[in-house]
Amino acid sequence: MKRRWLLFLLPVAFLGLALFFFERLSQDPADRDSALMARDFPAFEATTLADENQRVDQSLLKGQLTLVNVWGEWCAACRQEMPQLLDLADRGIRLVGVNYRDTRENGLAFLNEFGDPFAANIFDPEGDLGFELGVIGAPETFVVDAQGIIRYHHKGYVSPEDVRNRLLPEVEKWR
Amino acid sequence: MALIRGFGLVVLMLCALSAWSAGIELRDFDDPVKEQRYRDLTASMRCPLCENQAIDDSDAPISADMRERVYQLLDEGKSDTEIIHHMVQRFGDYILYNPRLEQRTYLLWGLPVGLLVLVGVVVALIVRARRHASAKALSPDEQARLDALIARKESS
Repeated sequence: MKRRWLLFLLPVAFLGLALFFFERLSQDPADRDSALMARDFPAFEATTLADENQRVDQSLLKGQLTLVNVWGEWCAACRQEMPQLLDLADRGIRLVGVNYRDTRENGLAFLNEFGDPFAANIFDPEGDLGFELGVIGAPETFVVDAQGIIRYHHKGYVSPEDVRNRLLPEVEKWR
Repeated sequence: MALIRGFGLVVLMLCALSAWSAGIELRDFDDPVKEQRYRDLTASMRCPLCENQAIDDSDAPISADMRERVYQLLDEGKSDTEIIHHMVQRFGDYILYNPRLEQRTYLLWGLPVGLLVLVGVVVALIVRARRHASAKALSPDEQARLDALIARKESS
């Protein structure tokens, strides 16, 4: 049979598929991108943590690049990343907090104790805005550009290395 | 009697406890179809936090939020597709155990069917080739040899 060489295609195809699956399977599913990447920051209406009479909405995030950090007093990693957030604020980056599933009292006490890098804090006691953002647990950090479009998403604790290697380059890129 | 009643109580409490620990809320549905849709929807979505649990089976707070949202949307009369779209918009395709059929999943869904068709075609080709081969006339060499054999047989 002249077409016997076709049989070699079988092991080649098998190997190709095996390598493809191996590569896909060794990726950490927790590293997946946010579903909101490159989309508008979701519309919302809320009060601020500091003042229950002050109403804010998505226009809060337009006009300049903003880091949006989802935090809560109950969240241990949020305490640990506060020095990094204060450092980012010192570099002139605008930070807006989302006080997630928290009480006003606890949230304000937290800022008193660990410092307040935020230009404003959106009060989100029921996690409604968090749900719109696809937040699955605090802390999470979003880079939102001046047009209010989500450009980068960091899940979990922000280490000093993350600031240097991820957040600052992304901020530079989208500023 | 008291013992049996006590035992029954313990069993009831255990049931309640296990329902609670699996994060299953007691919900009122005005119609059984809606209840079934709720069960199917919450069983078909993966918890975005815990890697291999459906949201109907997960204790994570986010799963409870998602179940609540599914319930609300059903209550508002949304269709299954709309509810799934609502969730995927926020949490990504990751939450679907069954990826939707769309342009970038054609390969995924089509590959098994494609392979089956390919195998069928190959088998048909082989069968046809074999059948063709058996009906083929002898080559001149073979024919000459056969003639010689017959001639020898007849002459003996």
